[in-house]
Amino acid sequence: MRYMPHTALEREEMLAKIGISSIDDLFADIPEEARLGGLLDLPLHESEMTVEKNFRNLAAKNLSPYMTPCFLGAGAYQHHVPSVADHIIQRSEFLTSYTPYQPEVSQGTLQALFEFQTQVAMITGMEVANASMYDGATSCAEAVLMACRVTRRKKAIVSGNLHPHYRDVTRTTLQFMEFEAENLPPVLDRKEDFDAHIGSDIACVVVQNPDFFGRIQDFTALADKCHEAGALLIVVVNEVVSLGAIMSPGDMGADIVAGEGQSIGVPLSYGGPYVGLLATRQKFVRQMPGRLCGQTVDQDGKRGFVLTLSTREQHIRREKATSNICTNAGLCSLAFTIHMSLLGETGFAKLARLNHSQAVTLAEKLEVIEGVEMINDTFFNEFTLRLSADASSVVEKLAAKGVLGGVPVSRLIPDDPDMSHLLLVAVTETCSVSDMDQFVTALKEAL
Amino acid sequence: MLNNKGRPTQPVTAADADAAMETFTGNKGLNLESPLIFEQGVPGRIGVDMAEPKPVKSRLGGLDRKEPVGMPDLSEPQVLRHFVRLSRQNYAIDAGFYPLGSCTMKHNPRINEKVARLVGLGDLHPMQPTSTVQGALEIIDSLAHWLKTITGMPAVAMSPAAGAHGELCGVMAIRAAHEAKGESRTRILVPESAHGTNPATAALCGYKVEAVPARQDGRMDMDAFAAKLGPDVAGVMLTNPNTCGLFETDVKKIADLVHETGGYFYCDGANLNAILGRVRPGDLGVDAMHINLHKTFSTPHGGGGPGSGPVVLSEALAPFAPVPFVTHGKDGFDMVEQIEGPAAQSFGRMKGFHGQMGMFIRALAYMQSHGADGLRQIAEDAVLNANYVRVGLQDKLHSPFAGICMHEALFDDSTLKGTGVTTLDLAKAMIDEGYHPMTMYFPLVVHGAMLIEPTESESRQTLDQFIGAMGHLLDKAKAGEVDAFLGAPNFAPRRRLDETGAARNPVLRWTVPEGTDGGEVTLSAAS
Amino acid sequence: MSYWFTEDHEWVLLEDDVATIGISDYAQGQLGDVVYVEVPEVGADIVKGDELAVVESVKAASEVYSPVSGEVIEVNEDLEGSPTMVNEAPLEGGWFAKVKVTDSTEIEGLMDEVAYKIYVEGLDG
Repeated sequence: MRYMPHTALEREEMLAKIGISSIDDLFADIPEEARLGGLLDLPLHESEMTVEKNFRNLAAKNLSPYMTPCFLGAGAYQHHVPSVADHIIQRSEFLTSYTPYQPEVSQGTLQALFEFQTQVAMITGMEVANASMYDGATSCAEAVLMACRVTRRKKAIVSGNLHPHYRDVTRTTLQFMEFEAENLPPVLDRKEDFDAHIGSDIACVVVQNPDFFGRIQDFTALADKCHEAGALLIVVVNEVVSLGAIMSPGDMGADIVAGEGQSIGVPLSYGGPYVGLLATRQKFVRQMPGRLCGQTVDQDGKRGFVLTLSTREQHIRREKATSNICTNAGLCSLAFTIHMSLLGETGFAKLARLNHSQAVTLAEKLEVIEGVEMINDTFFNEFTLRLSADASSVVEKLAAKGVLGGVPVSRLIPDDPDMSHLLLVAVTETCSVSDMDQFVTALKEAL
Repeated sequence: MLNNKGRPTQPVTAADADAAMETFTGNKGLNLESPLIFEQGVPGRIGVDMAEPKPVKSRLGGLDRKEPVGMPDLSEPQVLRHFVRLSRQNYAIDAGFYPLGSCTMKHNPRINEKVARLVGLGDLHPMQPTSTVQGALEIIDSLAHWLKTITGMPAVAMSPAAGAHGELCGVMAIRAAHEAKGESRTRILVPESAHGTNPATAALCGYKVEAVPARQDGRMDMDAFAAKLGPDVAGVMLTNPNTCGLFETDVKKIADLVHETGGYFYCDGANLNAILGRVRPGDLGVDAMHINLHKTFSTPHGGGGPGSGPVVLSEALAPFAPVPFVTHGKDGFDMVEQIEGPAAQSFGRMKGFHGQMGMFIRALAYMQSHGADGLRQIAEDAVLNANYVRVGLQDKLHSPFAGICMHEALFDDSTLKGTGVTTLDLAKAMIDEGYHPMTMYFPLVVHGAMLIEPTESESRQTLDQFIGAMGHLLDKAKAGEVDAFLGAPNFAPRRRLDETGAARNPVLRWTVPEGTDGGEVTLSAAS
Repeated sequence: MSYWFTEDHEWVLLEDDVATIGISDYAQGQLGDVVYVEVPEVGADIVKGDELAVVESVKAASEVYSPVSGEVIEVNEDLEGSPTMVNEAPLEGGWFAKVKVTDSTEIEGLMDEVAYKIYVEGLDG
């Protein structure tokens, strides 16, 4: 086996040094009746060449969005990942290091985390951000728990236009605790109204911008309402590229921003691993979940970085921790930081403008098709169409023509007749004019 | 009230910097510094070329961003150099021995990275129609089969994103199972030596956590355990092999006792590496166990994540598994994403989409590379290596628990008593010898604990050198050469950092220095 | 008027019906550099044995349990900016909270300074 260095002779010599005669003696503590005699009922080891072949064969059974026009979004977006980002995260020193608990030999990871935290705080318009969460949905749930701790209240109001996975994860996370999430129904035809729900017992209101259907809103007035009632406003962002073009949640008065950072630097990878973002105000920092990196100095007075405020965390606080979270999305947050550094101020704004102009271009082509109605008054790079036919069967027909033509809303919000004809369409910088034209032609044929 | 011993986190000795060793740039040969990325930009540079946006009629509804974000502009070579320089300030398993107990820092094969990036795998969108991702679903199904076979369990929930997330999944399934029976149980029993995530997880599920003490031999105290059991106990969370590196010899009795009172047995699978192919948790009475793919199955730790923590479940808990999961439909693989039909009793959803697919691919490639024969060899060599280190150091360090250990060797700090050198000082001196320190001060049940997990990846020569180096350091400590420890590390990119200052006055982000516009290059940043 | 100590290393100083509470010099030494103290809210009702405060060093967080019952009438707001007071003057400037006690006999089971000194010496052996 290529990964294990011992020869048979070395094993014998090592056993002798330990003072035992057989490997079985090392496993004598296992109850005899439970010990496995033979091998597990699984194939034997394979060469690297064979393993690679196995996976090439599996990959060939999938339709690659890279090779085909793709207009899928709904919380995960196809963007170009610069080769520098993928190269750097494969460097041994980043790829194969552990959590930076020994700061003297982990300054690379720590400085990158400090830069990540700064970038996340900057784009969300917040004061501080943590070193990342598992993904956007878990970050949203953690934000709600945090709001409950900050306000010492127990109830969250969750927008009907929040991504359904985020709603489900939040409900699941809270279900066995003393907290409660009230999930409002989706609202398509007007502005969602929270006034009737906000009271002195509410810990927070959770909204998404752009929302699940792609619409952009100014939540400044809602933030004021929340604050008057002593509640916090949580704004979820799952297409972070939008922040290069639209008002930041911080500018609207958000108290916590929970986001999905996949769009910057992280490949789609069929849904994970991604990178959850969590940003807030400085005054709430001790109620924040997850790892935090802070600046300090070493013994010689040189600037350096350490994980800090770790008394909030499970390895010290145990059952009183702010969360049971024990990892961050380390390498994905590094990819985010590298991609964001490459973009910079100029590139981030330009990428956002490019996405919007692509989306407007496609929208103008689609909304004039008979049997297609645009439901969005505003959008960034994703919008919702009402089709004259069932959206999921249209999507199947498009896939048969080699076009990944959007996500049927019914896949995420089933059993709602209002939703069955709705199609979510996302457009990024990766779509060419010819991709758009193929989509338009295929959609006309499918309707 | 003292639930955890304090230890020095502020450098104790004054800086004794040798002026002759300082350089003009702050760099020292191959040790290259890089200022923060925010201190390196010049407005107008760009590191990504892209098409000019076509002028269109804006549909943003007038909600355009008004203020700049404040980020620096850099070119590609600058960004590349910055992160290459940062990378070189990290220790890594590829570069050296990383004996972190409980973390399983094993070799991360590169074929796993390669296949995870294949066109048709790395670029798949999670919301593609299932008809276009049959290969992806086959990978999830196949990995599930390997995990179930390895553990001897009938079901597995694939979506948890990390070990602690898997624990949450397992304990939620336990709570859901009790509630389905109309029972409201309130307590979870957790041994004192447990990972901190165990009590934190139980608390998130609304349970009161009760600690069970350890016996003299490092295993859970069975009398104390039996005394705490009762009809209000939802279950027990036990790490096996435990965090002292020992197999819980009474594991079957623990399972029987908790089952007799109607509770469930959660096993923390962090240490599965030690028993691969030698015993199946399913044969020990386990009801739920998470598997850290980033430990046992070598997906890279990546400086702290991402992980992946699928949870194997018994027949009793399987109906409560979270969505989504893969099923075998009439036209191939299918996916259940909603709480209905086969998932009618599911307790909910743990994360967005379908789990850590990128980690699934790597773990499956690792398993295929090993096969049934290699998996068993992993456990054997990992345990062999740990015992080799244990015996190699037995004249120098004291083991709190006698006899054979599993995949990690545990020592206490009694040898250091009176030397003026602490476990922490010893660890920092190891850095100067070119090693990553072992796990320290964990488990909490052992004073000044040092937990050493070599893993199966290390050669005998590496272990011999490590044993020699540790012996050398311990001899020095006992000879009273304290200064060599208190000042350590001397040869790392930084010396000891002021963690106290960092926590008292948290600086968690860069801000524009006062009196500048933030867009200028600053050269003083390296120091 | 004198200091009384618990086995968990809290101290209490009773003046009329107001108890000032903190942690002992031994406790701060064990904790190491204190970086943060979470104090209770003024007005909170506390029962003897309840968590009164949490004192954090870099690697540890320790609950401080109230040796008395009553209402919190004042907290040491200076600790927010200078938690180091707990290390430097644990029995004076490092106090956590003042509680208006409901039952002043609750301190009767506690150790006086001499008894506590002997108790602590026993711990180090």
